Amino acid sequence: MSDVSYIKRPNRPLHVYALSYLAFLYIPVLFLPLFSFNDSIYISFPLKGFTTNWYASMASDEPMHAALINSLKVGAVASVIATLLGILGAKAVTRYKIFGQRTVVSTIMLPLVIPGIVMGVALLILLSRIGINLSLVTITLGHILICVPFSMATLMARFEGLDSSMEEAAADLGDNAWWVFWRVTFPMVFPGILASLLLCFTISFDEFIMAFFLSGTDPTLPIYIYSQLRFPQKLPGVLALGACILVVSFFVVFFSQWLQRQGEFGAAGKGDHA
Amino acid sequence: MTEGTNVALAPADQQGSRTSYLRALFMRSESLRGYALLSPTLAVMLFSMCAPFALMVIMSFWTQIGFKFDTALSVTNYREILDSPIYSALLIRSLKISGACALATVLISYPMAYYVAFHVHRRKLLWIILMTLPFWTSYLLRVFAWKIILGYNGVINSGLKSMGLIEQPLEFLLYSPTAVVITLAHAWAAFAVLPIYVSLEKIDRSLLEAAADLGDGPVLRFLRVTLPLSLPGVMAAMLLIFIPTVGDYVTPALVGGPDGTMIANIIQAQFGKVNNWPMGAALAISMMAIVAVISLAYVWVSRKATEQIG
Amino acid sequence: MNGNDNYIVIDKVAKHFGPVRAVDEVDISVRAGEFFSLLGASGCGKTTLLRMLAGFEAPTSGEIYIDQVATAGVPPHRRPTNMVFQNYAIFPHLNVRRNIAYGLREERLAKDETRRRVDEALELVKLPGLGDRSANELSGGQRQRVALARALIKRPKVLLLDEPLGALDKKLREEMQLELRALQQSLGITFVFVTHDQEEAMTLSDRIAIMSQGKVLQIDTPSKIYNSPVNIEVADFIGQMNFIDAEVLDNKSGRITVNTAGLGKVTVPGKGNAARQGDSSIVAVRPERLFLSAKAPEKKANCVQGTIKTTAYLGDRSHFYVDVEGREKPVAVAAQEAGGNEAQSFELGSKVWISWQDESLLHFARD
Repeated sequence: MSDVSYIKRPNRPLHVYALSYLAFLYIPVLFLPLFSFNDSIYISFPLKGFTTNWYASMASDEPMHAALINSLKVGAVASVIATLLGILGAKAVTRYKIFGQRTVVSTIMLPLVIPGIVMGVALLILLSRIGINLSLVTITLGHILICVPFSMATLMARFEGLDSSMEEAAADLGDNAWWVFWRVTFPMVFPGILASLLLCFTISFDEFIMAFFLSGTDPTLPIYIYSQLRFPQKLPGVLALGACILVVSFFVVFFSQWLQRQGEFGAAGKGDHA
Repeated sequence: MTEGTNVALAPADQQGSRTSYLRALFMRSESLRGYALLSPTLAVMLFSMCAPFALMVIMSFWTQIGFKFDTALSVTNYREILDSPIYSALLIRSLKISGACALATVLISYPMAYYVAFHVHRRKLLWIILMTLPFWTSYLLRVFAWKIILGYNGVINSGLKSMGLIEQPLEFLLYSPTAVVITLAHAWAAFAVLPIYVSLEKIDRSLLEAAADLGDGPVLRFLRVTLPLSLPGVMAAMLLIFIPTVGDYVTPALVGGPDGTMIANIIQAQFGKVNNWPMGAALAISMMAIVAVISLAYVWVSRKATEQIG
Repeated sequence: MNGNDNYIVIDKVAKHFGPVRAVDEVDISVRAGEFFSLLGASGCGKTTLLRMLAGFEAPTSGEIYIDQVATAGVPPHRRPTNMVFQNYAIFPHLNVRRNIAYGLREERLAKDETRRRVDEALELVKLPGLGDRSANELSGGQRQRVALARALIKRPKVLLLDEPLGALDKKLREEMQLELRALQQSLGITFVFVTHDQEEAMTLSDRIAIMSQGKVLQIDTPSKIYNSPVNIEVADFIGQMNFIDAEVLDNKSGRITVNTAGLGKVTVPGKGNAARQGDSSIVAVRPERLFLSAKAPEKKANCVQGTIKTTAYLGDRSHFYVDVEGREKPVAVAAQEAGGNEAQSFELGSKVWISWQDESLLHFARD
């Protein structure tokens, strides 16, 4: 869409700015892995020495393993359910002319703009009044709530890119609604579904604020990390863990975003050339 | 012929004809079918937001007595919020920090978004992913990274010390409102870039070509065409950053210190050590109310401003 | 195939989208084995009507019968119709073979049988051997044929085509038009064809329904529509037409005498016109029914003198725009190259005589 011929002169200062911006964005985060190799409990710049001890010690850290498994469980369930709800919602909004569509979509997107603490506190109050004990389940519920907007946004973009005449053609050729979905809609939307699953999983995996309010005796990984922050000797171990999490998140999210945005860049289906 | 009579009616059965009439009505109403599909999602979301908030509102009118709640409705909590200088000071500080953060974030992100929208022609996808990706990774870890950088023994201090530029570590870096603003700006920058980028990308390039044709140089083209047209995205970004950061709790807890405490920390304490849930609820609602008022005023003002620009 | 059976009956069908009447009480009958076109400008309701036949929209009122069965409440996948979409709707995630075989799923054929039928379909649309191509690698014309094959392989009773040739360039379009016609005649399937291109409709159809703003103006064979348009709108829509203001002088025994602004006093076949003396009306005549001559014709009646204002040379024919007295707009006259007319020798500004026959004129009351 951008007209290449319009701005031909490369803007050097802007280019430098863009690179510095990216540096600003990533470098602070890169200190975590950096210091996870530091041979000392205390931060010091430059590094005192190089060691992989802290990574090795992760292997024997039982509480951390437990927290990791909790996070994986919560993330898996939350991402699947949020994606399912997102599929239904995205299909309904993009394929049918619904009365009050914009209001409905804005309502579903609300959790994006409500501060995490408010959501966490409100849910905490509700659950305690109903009498539900705090546990991984309650955390999962909270995570589903905040993941659905992301799931819907991802899938809405994907559905909108999907020409509805495809589904009509399938129906015309003999498929009922169920078969249309399986044979046409799902294969074409699948990259978006995968992207949504990965994104929601990452969001849930890294989410701290709501988890903090809604957790019972079983911590998720971020909660575990937070609890370790007050102990200086645990610091490098935390850094090692953090570094691992960042690296994995980086790749998972990169893949998910690439999958999702491919559709927006018209990778699916080229135009007509007679 | 009216709508109802055109359904294929089963010959004799009255009951059957009513249900098949309803079913035909359902099949004909696209809106109804759409809502049916939407209902699980909508129901979940509405319930998960409305019920908790309703309860929170109710609880804010209760009072905490020891370990129990006095469920008689009263405005004690709100009165205390209005009377006590602490709460209002914290609230104002939170608003200031968030405002500064939103402004800073938008200012530094705009040129970046502009670069990708106008100057990147190949591998745009890569740039977009790279500039938004940090936002999807652990918020906690990103805030903690700044603790490491700004700390007493942190990167900046030990770096400057080992280079011999300073004797004593700089104390003001960490545990201050400034630290909070910097950290928040860094954490939320990736979130701001996207709306600004989208609104810049949407600008019809032929408008800029027309402006050039009519005599405007690059600076004027930017000021008279690009900037006004990108303003909706900028306004949206500011709001999108402001609202969630007012209620941020992790950043002030890690890098704020006593001077950088924000309202969210007090709210959290009500549900922790202080154990005054109704007060916590009242504080949360007050915070949301003020944020809502400011946001609405902001939206109204920006709408007026964009109407002026046309 | 009995050409008199009304295979598709559209009975007082209307479709409202809120206040907008996309289709406004339309009655159409299509015969079995007919090539029937819905012709009109965009927004006239033709595509909406087609979609109601297919089952993608339900009529707000009225009934549609296909082969005497009411279609109300019948979803698209259970109708004996198949549709070729305007943008072809080729599934990008399937190759050509799988696209074409898509609708055969419910027939549960053996693999060999499917393969045979797909090859047959590919032959039918003149795309032999393209089965293993990916959908993304097809040109526009190829996609169109694949969409056609995909619909025809199911042997529907009715094929619905939504402006299928619109995206093709002129030569390809004309080629496809002839192929479509030949295909329809050899298969004997009822075709309902939507287009805004009047030449296309005239070339292909057994009968045409001209639509405008949700209503049907006329349903007739191409020649009847061309030569006997039922009102000014239809007359104007198809081909070129000269419209001349007139005032009725006399209406006797099937012949109406009018005074025209430009052609003088003329007599028009009445055809049941209820014109009274003093009514203002319109006389219409096709450019090719007017004749040009440099010398005054022998018969004094049915001719008028004028000056050539502009000419347009179109290769196989020429159009001359002749200024006549009493009329601001020049009269359009078409002359074929063949026929030994002195057509080619008319120059700008030269004086000419226009002549015609009574039967060539049409008379319309002013609305």
